[in-house]
Amino acid sequence: MSPDTAPEPFEPLAVTDARNHRLAVRAGLAVGLATATYGVSFGALSVAAGLTIWQTSFISLVMFSGGSQFALIGVLAAGGLASGPAAIASATLLGVRNSLYGMRTAPVVAGGRWNDTWYKKLAAGWLTIDESTAVALAQPTATSRRTGFWVTGLAVFIGWNLTTLAGALIGDALGDTRAYGLDAAAAAAFVGLLWPRLKRLQAVAVAVAAAVVAALLTPVLMPGVPVLVAALVAVVVGFFNWFGPRQAGTGPISGERMPS
Amino acid sequence: MTLWQIIIAASIAVLALKLLGYLVPPALLHKPRPARIADLLTVALLAALIAVQTLGSGQAIVLDARVPAVIVAAGLFALKAPFIVVVIAAAGVAAAIRAFS
Repeated sequence: MSPDTAPEPFEPLAVTDARNHRLAVRAGLAVGLATATYGVSFGALSVAAGLTIWQTSFISLVMFSGGSQFALIGVLAAGGLASGPAAIASATLLGVRNSLYGMRTAPVVAGGRWNDTWYKKLAAGWLTIDESTAVALAQPTATSRRTGFWVTGLAVFIGWNLTTLAGALIGDALGDTRAYGLDAAAAAAFVGLLWPRLKRLQAVAVAVAAAVVAALLTPVLMPGVPVLVAALVAVVVGFFNWFGPRQAGTGPISGERMPS
Repeated sequence: MTLWQIIIAASIAVLALKLLGYLVPPALLHKPRPARIADLLTVALLAALIAVQTLGSGQAIVLDARVPAVIVAAGLFALKAPFIVVVIAAAGVAAAIRAFS
C-alpha cells in the first residue's frame, strides 16, 4: 500500500509478519468501507431503472462486480426489456477482466498449492474483483497477500450488499428519479469507474474513440448495441498495440483503486 | 425475455467469468496481447456507457442537464473527491438545472 510496508532490517521475523498482517487487514477494511458507499448509488439507480428491490439485491449478491452491475442497469434503463441481450452482453464483457484477476489471485489464495478444494475456489472466485485483487497484490509477503485478498473481498461483499439494499430502499421512496437528477448520477458513476484507468495515453485514446463511436451509433442502432460496437475499439487498438508503450508487459493492474 | 431472466443470465455469466480465472492455467497471463485487450475493453465499455448515459434519450442524442452534471463530476474526480460525494453532486447539478429552467 505505502512505501513503509517494507520490513525493517533489524526487526525479528515474527514482528514483521504480525505487522504485515495488520497492515493487510487495515487496507482491506478501508477499501471495504470506501466501496460500500457506492453500493448506495447502485441500489438507488437500479430501482430507478425499473428493477425491484429483490432484483437489485440479487445482482449485488450474485454478480458482485460494480462495473458490470452499473452497465446492466444502465442499458436496461435506456432500452427496456428489448435491450436485454445487449444488457447481458455489456455486463459480461465488463466482467472479462475478473478472469484475468483470478489468474493472478489463484496462486495467492492457494498459498502456493494448486489443488484447493472446489468450495474454496468458488468463494475466492466470487470475491475476485478490482479491489480484492489490488489490495492482495500490493502486500509484501505470501501470507499478507492472502490476508489482504480475503479481508478485502469479504469486507467489500458485506458492505456492498448492505448498502445496495439501503440504496434500493431510498430509491424506492424517492419516486420521480429524473427530478432528483439520478440519470446524471448514473453517468457520473461511470466516470468514477473509468477515471482511475486513464493513466496511459493508450487508455485515453480508446476512451475518447469509444465514446465517439457510441454517441454516433446511438441514433441508428438499438439501445445497448452502440456500447458493444464501441468495445471493438479496444480489441483493435489492443491487438495492434496502437498508442501503446514500446514494451507491453505484465505490469501492475491498471485502474486498481488504492485506499488513500 | 423477462427482467428476471435477464438479471439471472447476466449474473451467472459474470460469476462464471470470475471462476474461469481459477480454472485456466496462468500461462495465458504472460501473453501481453490478451491482457492488454481485456484491460482496454473495460476502458472502452465504460467510456461508451458514459457517452450513452450522458447524451442518449432512447435513440436520440440530446444535450440537457446531464452534460453539465457530468462535466462537474469529472472535475470533482480530478480533484480526488470521494465517489459518493461526486455522484450526489452530479445529481444535484442536474436536479437544480431542471428545477430552475
